[in-house]
Amino acid sequence: MNPGVRVKTFKIDGLDVAGREDQTVLDVATEHGIPIPTMCHLEGLTSVGACRLCLVEVVGRSRLLPACVTPVEEGMAVVTNSERLQNYRRMLLEMLFVEGNHICAVCVSNGHCELQGLAQTLGVTHVHFPYHYPDRPVDASHSRFVVDHDRCVMCTRCVRVCNEVEGAHTWDVMGNGANVRVVTDLNEAWGRSETCTGCGKCVHVCPTGALFEKGHSVAEMLKKRQFLPYLTAMRRRQ
Amino acid sequence: MNPEELLQKNVSHQLTAEAHGHDVRVCMGAGCMSLHSDQIKSALTAQVKQHGRDKSCHVKGVGCMGLCAAGPLVSVEPQGVLYKEVTEEDAGEIIDSLNKAPVARLICPTDTPFFQNQMKIVLENCGKIDPERIEEYVNADGYIALIKALTEMTPNDVITQVMRSGLRGRGGGGYPTGLKWTTVAKADGTQKYVICNGDEGDPGAFMDRGVMEGDPHRLIEAMAIAGYAVGADTGYIFVRGEYSMSVKRLRKAIMQAERQALLGKNIFNTPFSFQIEVRIGAGAFVSGEETALIACIEGRRGVPSPRPPYPAERGLWGCPTLINNVETLANIPSIIRNGADWFSNIGTRTGKGTVVFAMTGRVQNTGLIEVPMGTPLREVIFDIGGGVPDGGTFKAVQMGGPSGGCIPEQYLDMPIDFDSLLEIGAIMGSGGMLVIDDSASMVDMAKFFMEFCRIESCGKCVPCRVGTVQMHELLIRFSEGTATERDLVLLEELCDLVRHTSLCGLGQSAPNPVLSTLRYFRHEYMAQIRPDFGANGVDTHESRSTS
Repeated sequence: MNPGVRVKTFKIDGLDVAGREDQTVLDVATEHGIPIPTMCHLEGLTSVGACRLCLVEVVGRSRLLPACVTPVEEGMAVVTNSERLQNYRRMLLEMLFVEGNHICAVCVSNGHCELQGLAQTLGVTHVHFPYHYPDRPVDASHSRFVVDHDRCVMCTRCVRVCNEVEGAHTWDVMGNGANVRVVTDLNEAWGRSETCTGCGKCVHVCPTGALFEKGHSVAEMLKKRQFLPYLTAMRRRQ
Repeated sequence: MNPEELLQKNVSHQLTAEAHGHDVRVCMGAGCMSLHSDQIKSALTAQVKQHGRDKSCHVKGVGCMGLCAAGPLVSVEPQGVLYKEVTEEDAGEIIDSLNKAPVARLICPTDTPFFQNQMKIVLENCGKIDPERIEEYVNADGYIALIKALTEMTPNDVITQVMRSGLRGRGGGGYPTGLKWTTVAKADGTQKYVICNGDEGDPGAFMDRGVMEGDPHRLIEAMAIAGYAVGADTGYIFVRGEYSMSVKRLRKAIMQAERQALLGKNIFNTPFSFQIEVRIGAGAFVSGEETALIACIEGRRGVPSPRPPYPAERGLWGCPTLINNVETLANIPSIIRNGADWFSNIGTRTGKGTVVFAMTGRVQNTGLIEVPMGTPLREVIFDIGGGVPDGGTFKAVQMGGPSGGCIPEQYLDMPIDFDSLLEIGAIMGSGGMLVIDDSASMVDMAKFFMEFCRIESCGKCVPCRVGTVQMHELLIRFSEGTATERDLVLLEELCDLVRHTSLCGLGQSAPNPVLSTLRYFRHEYMAQIRPDFGANGVDTHESRSTS
């Protein structure tokens, strides 16, 4: 804990809670077992507030705020699960499904997928938006890993873990709008990347089956995320 | 010798040497340039030489004169004659007539409301001075405000003046400029920055371009004053890549200002130092959003980040940063020179000063105009703008570009100001004003802006990346007349979602053109719904289960 950091007391869903001022609403909610759905957020990486699933209401504010980047404030009253928020979250999740090509039945991550899990938790059984059916490539040029852009939800966890934890910055983002895509190096084939260390962190932080290890068939790709909090905790101690 | 005299002596003596009988000004604004006004200027210069008038006549290029519809424009001073639609062939006749009666067939009357009803503060030098010569700017009282600020005022005095003037940001939001300056001035940190946002990207907007091309020194002076007020020693002007002429003229102006010691170390022998650098955008609309703009300057991908922290607290390279739009800054020298009270007497109670509009679309006098806040739209469009040409009927005016909305006939008598526009679902925005006549479909209008947002979305947050595609596809169905009633429900649902859940202003305001056209022209959407599909919404894209 940094010296001079003050503690703030406030309410989440009517529950009195306390958090350090360098904590976010999401941190404190998680500590108190209050579930807020997230997708782009991952403990140990910088939060970017991109997926918008963790939006919460703060009484007295007209805007919805992403819990993952909103610092706690004294006396604030947070609502995490109103009807309106649930509705928005379901629509956002539907959007993630329609913009890619998510065919769970043939996916390596079937049963271990965060997108699939969120759909189950939030009760998204059907989508009411038309599918985009985009034409997206698969890059299997790496000797051990594959990236299937059909299943990418642009959470940019791979980009952040590669830059912030591994320090290689092999992954980055290219294009804009619906054409936005993660790329290795300057849009080179992954297998030809000179910066990739082959550490596999990107694969294990990926929430879906977009990044996976070769040699896994349907539903066989289990992601190990335990290393990340461990790594960051160890680094903080040094 | 006081600084003013020193400045005058340094730069103006060159002008007195050119005390000519006639000043022939050729508009070198983007509109006239596209009609080859540079060639007209060369032709005029050649004619002056041929007529042996080198000594008594000076031909110069100036910034936008405003009436782009009648370009290329040439004016002759001190007679005050304005010529319209000039061609290279007319050059001889114009020079020939300098001491005689003006060329009647080319005269553009200046006693019309277009010229009489405007009030110029931001554009006061545009179309009058040569933007590529610092001498002309100094001669037009340029840099007086900077000297005044540096030698007679404390940084706090400067902020007080800006605060009291009531100036509000002209980039779209209308945030009080003085408040922003105070926040940056009071923010903790030894290193601070000033950024001028010249990433004007709205379709149909060219106000900032007019200032950057027509009066670049004004911005430099304003940025230096802002730097002094907030305690910054470095400024960046972020210009969109498409504005190559703005970049060229700004760079030239910076070089000239440095040479006259108006930028650099210890300006006017005061402890204040300030330097300015031009940064060029790579063409993305979203890089005009302040957090994205900062990322661009830092050399990162231009995508917005969540606010807070606001740039005023933690901006460029984590330092407190003041970001003002071009038009906002262009007001500063006049405010410091003439005082806050002078400025606050112009305009309405909540909107002070003037506002610059780029008037385009179905209107007679397309061009760049400046009117006091509170001028009714009707006066702007029908008196200054000359109304709809070719006997067309006015239908609506689109204000604020892809973030704005359409204003129908019934609100034309409302005075223009930040709050009044917001109330009726439009925004002041950056000042693009697109006049629409009854031949246009409002659905197509909304479709156009949604397509723009779809292409320009950075793709970072889900609602904007996917929502704009969804909304655009629905609007295509409406435009083609294949929509269903369920599509209308879906469209409104999407508008609500994208507006309330998007990360930055681009996404949050992307539904505005749809919402405002739905509000005032709902019947046009209803007319595009296929009658054979009933309210029970049986249509081509029924729900599919997630796999």
